[in-house]
Amino acid sequence: MSTTLWIIVAASIATYLTRIGGHLVISRFDHIHPRVEAGLSAVPAAVLTTLVAPAALSAGPAEWAALIVAGLVSLRGGLMAMFLAGAAVLILARQLVG
Amino acid sequence: MSAEAISENSAKSDFWDGVRLSMPVVVASAPFALLFGALAVDNGFSVLEAFLMSATVFGGASQMVGIELFGQHVAPWLIVLSIFAVNFRHVLYSAGIGRRIAHWPLIQQAIGYFVLTDPQFAMAERKAEAGETVGFTWYMGLGLPVYVFWVIESALGAMFGKLIPDTHVLGIDFLLPIYFLGLVMSFRKRPLWLPVVIASAAASIIAYKTVGSPWHVSIGALAGVLLAVILPPRHSGVETRP
Repeated sequence: MSTTLWIIVAASIATYLTRIGGHLVISRFDHIHPRVEAGLSAVPAAVLTTLVAPAALSAGPAEWAALIVAGLVSLRGGLMAMFLAGAAVLILARQLVG
Repeated sequence: MSAEAISENSAKSDFWDGVRLSMPVVVASAPFALLFGALAVDNGFSVLEAFLMSATVFGGASQMVGIELFGQHVAPWLIVLSIFAVNFRHVLYSAGIGRRIAHWPLIQQAIGYFVLTDPQFAMAERKAEAGETVGFTWYMGLGLPVYVFWVIESALGAMFGKLIPDTHVLGIDFLLPIYFLGLVMSFRKRPLWLPVVIASAAASIIAYKTVGSPWHVSIGALAGVLLAVILPPRHSGVETRP
């Protein structure tokens, strides 16, 4: 097998381990402490924020405008409306400010 | 209508509910799949290898990092370790989602964890939060289109990568942060949402500037989760949950 193939196989195993690992650890406990449960409930906001914040900080006015509009739309509309509004603002703003 | 036909119909509509939710994800990830394919070939992968990596790893950011390091002739074990680091956030996802899908047969769980991406986790959590059962049919209705398009578009990118237009003008390099912001916002009714978001944002930015990518994701995420663990349970609302 070529080196590339080995890398792909090892990477896929490593990735699957991350996707099942947290469950394998948590499922060993019969009872989940309220504090652990509070931590688990915070996971979506905690992880997803880290995928936005640094990207937003190193972006420019066009991207900020898109994020602000998308954020406002998400207060009222659904995910698709928010996404389309943000994308539209981004494309328009980039035509203007480059 | 017989009971069987009714349950078959509801399974069908569950599946299509999931498919509908998958559409923004398919749109937002398409440019990255094409880009990955193109970069993979640029960095010395064959079309088949690009296809294989997308089909078995199925993690956009980690694949980009892997291919970049491969092009720079970094040692193979370091490439794999870097991919592991980028994907490490999934440990938190699988810890969180286990309680939602524990009622599935084991083989379905094994498949479910394989397609556990960022949007997959977020959508499943939203459904559970709405008090609905996270069923395998719905879950795969969401996950399957994302997977199939990801793999096919990776191969297309690998074959026709030279034809990709200017991604900056079309804004596609910033579609994912917009989409992820929408997902963050959709959890705003949860207890401690704002403090968690602030803690994770601050920690991830500081880590990004100091430790560097990709560790800023895991460090930022842990900061938010730890804050929720440390604050007294009466703030996190767990005891009042049914």
